[in-house]
Amino acid sequence: MQVSLTVNGEEVSEEIEGRLLLVHFLRDQLGLTGTHWGCDTSNCGACVVWMDGEPVKSCTVLAAMAGGRDVRTVEGLEQDGELDPVQQGFMECHGLQCGFCTPGMMMTARALLDRNPDPTEQEIREAISGQICRCTGYATIVRSIRWAATHESAVSIGSRP
Amino acid sequence: MQVPAPFDYERATSVDHAIGLLERLGESARVVAGGHSLLPMMKLRLANFEYLIDINDLHSELGYIRAEGNEIRVGAMTRHRELLESDVLVEAFPIFRDAERVIADPVVRNRGTLGGSLCQADPSEDLSAVCTTLDASCVIQGSGGTRVVSMEDFYQGPYETAVGAAELLIEIRIPLRPGGSSAYEKVERRAGDWAVVSSGAAVWLQDGVISDARVGLAAVGPNTAGIPAISETLRGKTPTEELFAQAGALAAESCNPSTDMRGSIEYKRHLANELTQRALRRSVARINGQGV
Repeated sequence: MQVSLTVNGEEVSEEIEGRLLLVHFLRDQLGLTGTHWGCDTSNCGACVVWMDGEPVKSCTVLAAMAGGRDVRTVEGLEQDGELDPVQQGFMECHGLQCGFCTPGMMMTARALLDRNPDPTEQEIREAISGQICRCTGYATIVRSIRWAATHESAVSIGSRP
Repeated sequence: MQVPAPFDYERATSVDHAIGLLERLGESARVVAGGHSLLPMMKLRLANFEYLIDINDLHSELGYIRAEGNEIRVGAMTRHRELLESDVLVEAFPIFRDAERVIADPVVRNRGTLGGSLCQADPSEDLSAVCTTLDASCVIQGSGGTRVVSMEDFYQGPYETAVGAAELLIEIRIPLRPGGSSAYEKVERRAGDWAVVSSGAAVWLQDGVISDARVGLAAVGPNTAGIPAISETLRGKTPTEELFAQAGALAAESCNPSTDMRGSIEYKRHLANELTQRALRRSVARINGQGV
């Protein structure tokens, strides 16, 4: 079957199998390997991307279900060579160790800050509660997101072209 | 890599269209809403279908929460996050927000739906306990029209519901009755997990006396079950700690848990008892204006 959608603002149209999962479509068919494929059971959140402005676990969404929708991945965070404040925050505050959970964490963080620009530590912890950092680096992840909250400048990726 | 067996994907554009597809494709077809129960089962090949009918476009038709007359009507495609954030719902039934805060995680809640949760009919599913506690009814639509069934009739066994092969659950109706409140208590091993045991309670007071009360449990039997014996015991009494303890003991006696990786039978009965008491206590405190 044919699926057409926008990914990071660009229209794509691809031939897929109905059973193809969004995470594999993004990684294998479009080459967007920033989105990670982790537990495959919607527990770990390494595969979080946005669909129509909301974070979803792309291992549990069919690529076909994304047809006609607006998908944003971690590759869409940076704009014209400028890092999103969330990305900058992860650099400044050592928000990643092995980096496997990082794309999902950053996509959830960006969505949180768009809805709640000044979240408390508890609100951040709740927002990322469906995501696992196997390096257990949660304290620095929370700190990174707080850093981003206090250094906001970028336009939300949802309102970008 | 976990991948479902091959199937043909169809997308429904309206309730009638979805029912038409189900009629044409027969039992080899299944509808998918949020997909966070069905797709994992298909990935494990516990469920296999020739056709999957995506009903996410029906959110515009079936995604709503509104008060109508003496009930609140919730569309089956209403997502967990919408239930969690609804002021209309929390004002009438705080039990919904209690439960939604501990269902899966925020990202999963962006996808999962009320209708999907009920139709999955997992014995540990929280919204089933909530709807049972609130004496909700389910509106099921087929080509011949709609029918309304109680929660008791909706569940026919683990993972089995009254929804026929060519039917769709379209709405949940919850009766609004004055003088009441509700609460939900859940014990889980970690954030976002299924319940070890959950208990929901709804209480109605008249002149300081319990005019009605209901308790619904999750994860302690084949399907979420209301416990009529508790309602009978509580009606006509003044809410006291002794009465809550009686109700808790009844909950522990009447449920039917099994030992599994989440706990032993004894532990689960203990939880059913304790959580029922807490949910009743909190419901009554809420009626009395104590913001808890």
